[in-house]
Amino acid sequence: MTDVAAPPPTAIRRAPRAHTERAREERKLGWYLCAPAVAVMLLVTAYPLVYAVWLSLQRYDLRVPGDQAFVGLRNFVTVLTSELWWRDFLATTVITVLSVGLELVLGMGLALFMHRAVFGRRTVRTSILIPYGIITVVAAFAWQFAFTPDLGFVNTWLNTDRAWLTERSTSYLVITLTEVWKTTPFMSLLLLAGLAIVPEELQEAAKVDGATAWQRFTKVTLPTMKGAVLVALLFRTLDAFRIFDTVFVQTRGANDTETVSMLGYNQLINRVNLGVGSAVSVLLFLTVVLIAILFVKGFKADLGQVRGER
Amino acid sequence: MKVDRDRAFWTIGTVIIVAYALTPVAWIASLSLKTGDTLTDGRFLPRSISFENYRSIFESGEFVRPLRNSIGIALIATFFAVLLATLAAYAIARLRFPGKKLILTGALAIAMFPPISIIGPLFNMWRSLNLYDTWPGLVIPYMTFTLPLAIWTLSAFFREIPWELEQAAQVDGATPFQAFRRVIVPLAAPGVFTAAILVFFFAWNDFLFAISLTSTDSSRTVPAALAFFSGNSQFEQPTGSIAAAAVIVTIPIVILVLIFQRRIVAGLTAGAVKG
Repeated sequence: MTDVAAPPPTAIRRAPRAHTERAREERKLGWYLCAPAVAVMLLVTAYPLVYAVWLSLQRYDLRVPGDQAFVGLRNFVTVLTSELWWRDFLATTVITVLSVGLELVLGMGLALFMHRAVFGRRTVRTSILIPYGIITVVAAFAWQFAFTPDLGFVNTWLNTDRAWLTERSTSYLVITLTEVWKTTPFMSLLLLAGLAIVPEELQEAAKVDGATAWQRFTKVTLPTMKGAVLVALLFRTLDAFRIFDTVFVQTRGANDTETVSMLGYNQLINRVNLGVGSAVSVLLFLTVVLIAILFVKGFKADLGQVRGER
Repeated sequence: MKVDRDRAFWTIGTVIIVAYALTPVAWIASLSLKTGDTLTDGRFLPRSISFENYRSIFESGEFVRPLRNSIGIALIATFFAVLLATLAAYAIARLRFPGKKLILTGALAIAMFPPISIIGPLFNMWRSLNLYDTWPGLVIPYMTFTLPLAIWTLSAFFREIPWELEQAAQVDGATPFQAFRRVIVPLAAPGVFTAAILVFFFAWNDFLFAISLTSTDSSRTVPAALAFFSGNSQFEQPTGSIAAAAVIVTIPIVILVLIFQRRIVAGLTAGAVKG
């Protein structure tokens, strides 16, 4: 600042004050404009979350009125030592891994198709938005009916009389299929946005060097868009881990398909056991936070690597 | 020759993807058009077309009232979420004030966390505040859970608006209000609309809040009602009714997608790529 010519004395005296006053006004307006949204988010999510933690430390069963007491971590012990929690945790993990894995592969194919398509891009984009927008419960019913014996077309086409939703492995199959159908479009749109940032010159250069299409994809495209892939995976994994609607409609948790969200729902709403139910919700919340942290860590490591290489 | 082969490849690809996306929708539509005695024939397409299922669901309060609830609750939630998000996003995009980053990060955290973790407290609070089983009881969680998405989409959008145009219009003699109405509103409207569509999709789709925070038809929405549909008689499977109701509630989605596909895609990816 020293080599800047000094402004006239009057301006020196006035400028800072005008500047800070204006800045203060701007700050105030900014806060006022954000206040309603922030207040709503705090009241309806942050406060209930704290309340849930408090509830999880209480013995609080609405079926036994008047019997409410602080019990420390006892509800967590109850949940974590129950077979049910671990069975549901496993089911949720299996469904998450299966569906997100499949979605990544299919979504990438779909994204590449839309990225390269010479024509039909608009048609494809419009039609895949239908699964994205459709009500999950409706999608769950559509697939359930399709696989129901004597009702659905699947058995007619495959010429069997299999009762898909009464067996464990095939229940997982139908649930995963429904989830994949419904959410692959979202994944593919995120990946498509990532593909758009891969510079065309890099592709051309690799082509000139004699790289095959597969080599170009794995050595050029994927590393460049790693960030977008991780963001898409993070969004979908967190979303998949709280799966509720599809399983509720299709099996109601039968054949060991009950998920952690359903366990929480059953405890809280059906059994009105707010203590144990809240412990389940808090544990699910912590799991989701843990998944997010792991992803963000991986994300940072990758970014560092990319920067290091350059 | 090569051009022909290319053309064939992209055409076949397009057909496969469209079939993938639309088969379940076509299937549920076909089910809804079957008659009671051909419902269980296991064929993909109906032998004859009947609107019996539609007539029956529109005659029963079991569907009409939830449909009214769904439309009302989703529209009100959309209105308030977009209103609050527009104010906040405008400030975030245009003004300088501390705490901006905190708001965006906090909003992102909310968007990620599982709704089930606040179901218990909301259930308990709503019972004591007399919000259980009412429209506001669902409007409030819907607008809250969609605020983050709306704020992210809108602030990404508002950043791209050339705000100098507003001053330019004023220099040209327009009043501040005219400048705002004629210049800024038309520029901002597409973004606001995009956010509104995404919020509407969420509220229209939700199932968990709807079954946890309602108990009767006075506020139960269609997704929740579908899961508890009982059919005309105890012995009749309500498959036909469910299929018909499913088609009715899918129609608004299809219309929105057909008209606004470009904006929906832009809105969905705006926050994600920059975040």
